[in-house]
Amino acid sequence: MAGHAQPAEDHDGPVSTIDRVVALQAQKRTLPPRERLERIFQVEGLDALYGGKPAVKDVTMDVYKNLVTAIIGPSGCGKSTFIRCLNRMNDLIPAFSQTGTIRYHGQDITARDVDPVAVRRNIGMVFQRPNPFPKSIYDNVAWGLRVLGLKDRLDERVERALTQAALWDEVKDRLKASALSLSGGQQQRLCIARAIAVEPDVVLMDEPASALDPIATSAIEQLMHDLKSEYTFVIVTHNMQQAARVADMTAFFSISRGDEGARWGELVEYESTEKIFTDPSDKRTEDYVTGRFG
Amino acid sequence: MSTHNLTKAALRAEGLPRRRAMNRLMELVAWLAAALAIGILVVMVWSVARRGAGALNLDLITKTPVQFNFGNAPSGLSNAFAGTLVIVGLATAMALPVGILVAIYLNEFARPWIRSSVSLALDVLNGVPAIVIGIFVFGLFVVGHGQSGYAGAFALACLMLPLVARSTLEVLALVPASLREASLALGVPRWRTTLSIVLPQTLGGIVTGTVLAVARVAGETAPLLFTTSIVGTQLHWDPHHALQTVPVAIFELSESANPADHAQAWAAALVLLLFILCTNLTARWLATRSRRKITTAR
Repeated sequence: MAGHAQPAEDHDGPVSTIDRVVALQAQKRTLPPRERLERIFQVEGLDALYGGKPAVKDVTMDVYKNLVTAIIGPSGCGKSTFIRCLNRMNDLIPAFSQTGTIRYHGQDITARDVDPVAVRRNIGMVFQRPNPFPKSIYDNVAWGLRVLGLKDRLDERVERALTQAALWDEVKDRLKASALSLSGGQQQRLCIARAIAVEPDVVLMDEPASALDPIATSAIEQLMHDLKSEYTFVIVTHNMQQAARVADMTAFFSISRGDEGARWGELVEYESTEKIFTDPSDKRTEDYVTGRFG
Repeated sequence: MSTHNLTKAALRAEGLPRRRAMNRLMELVAWLAAALAIGILVVMVWSVARRGAGALNLDLITKTPVQFNFGNAPSGLSNAFAGTLVIVGLATAMALPVGILVAIYLNEFARPWIRSSVSLALDVLNGVPAIVIGIFVFGLFVVGHGQSGYAGAFALACLMLPLVARSTLEVLALVPASLREASLALGVPRWRTTLSIVLPQTLGGIVTGTVLAVARVAGETAPLLFTTSIVGTQLHWDPHHALQTVPVAIFELSESANPADHAQAWAAALVLLLFILCTNLTARWLATRSRRKITTAR
């Protein structure tokens, strides 16, 4: 099953998800050596704890600029916890604590004197369930721009963000309609438009397609591919095919068990997506990507 | 355990008729209890209406009281209605901002143990008898200064505060965390998120809670007896002085020897009752509306 990332190429017929996959695969350029890539995050020895119990232990990995990095692994391996550390979203959880360093462009964002609001201003996030504001479609994108002081050429910015999120054509005639009137897939693309409108540096995506149908999913995958020249994406997914389709780099997290039923997530392997799916070096990665995970 | 023999004799042997009778009995008891609750309300409203309707006319709210009124001089309680309006209005102005801020602090910013202990304190405050609050405010403001509308309003505000804070807290908890996260993930500060994203979702609930609190305190007598009850018969609106209020007026008129005063007390009681009924209905209507709004926002 090593050919997981290369779906059948003899598939004929109308444009299908399979064709999309093939197209995305073909678009992927081969990665330059890792030393030559610009590092945007340098995570070192990161432990994340809820109420003193570790959820993720000792994660060390770099995230590279203008690539899509996928975090895969079984449920409960701490994927979401990890990605939420990258923009200090876990600060909102009272019992949360962490040790280790996360350097963002060289600056440790876990430091006490770093303002989490400024961190999130640069590192946006799209969540598992679409969470548009109960405002109009236009205001969902424009509100953040206004609050953050990007008030000039507001209409233009909104249109640009909606176009980038592949939603403009579907909503341009009803921008004043409530965002809640959109379908789930459209809502999620609106949330992506809202996140990229404020021009972040990195966009974190926490299982952005898990609540969506395959067509909406492929739209989102396509837009990540189209936008990665401008942004850096980190995507958590439980869908291995999705990781294989969109990611340049893939990190595999797994669950480790300790004494007295203690369990925590840890990073097992972090490599180019191609290597993870075709030639993993760890047995656990191989079991997982080939579906033999127990 | 089940049997396939469905003849009456077999079912009787299983005790089915007895269980069926018990079921009927319990249903009847529950129905009677519900009827009793509604019955008390109906009887009360009806008896107040029957005795008060006769004296209910426009004079009641436009004319000031006439003392020792044994003739047919037009007499009313305009001073009491004006006083209640001023005092309840002031009390709302005091309790509303504090109650909302307390709720926002507890739900959005406080650590869990602070949240639970302050919530408990609010519940205790809610349970303090109104007369105790009256005495407290009497000792605080009235001794050495004399009675005033402000003192009465402060006493009512003490009663309103836990009601407003509690109801605001409830609607704040209904706002999905995902909305806050959406705003915070954009790099919007927490105060701005609370003000622009969370609060607008809860406006309906806050209004509902406030209307209910107003309805509750508008009929309070005990705290006002100590703080704003020594009054003349003139109509005035200045809360620096003691103001007459509807509940206190009812209390005083009912002690009078004059039957005309009794009729007026009943009429005032009827007006108060109708006011509370209307505010409660408004609150219910607002509550269903706002709940629908919040749940569709999910």
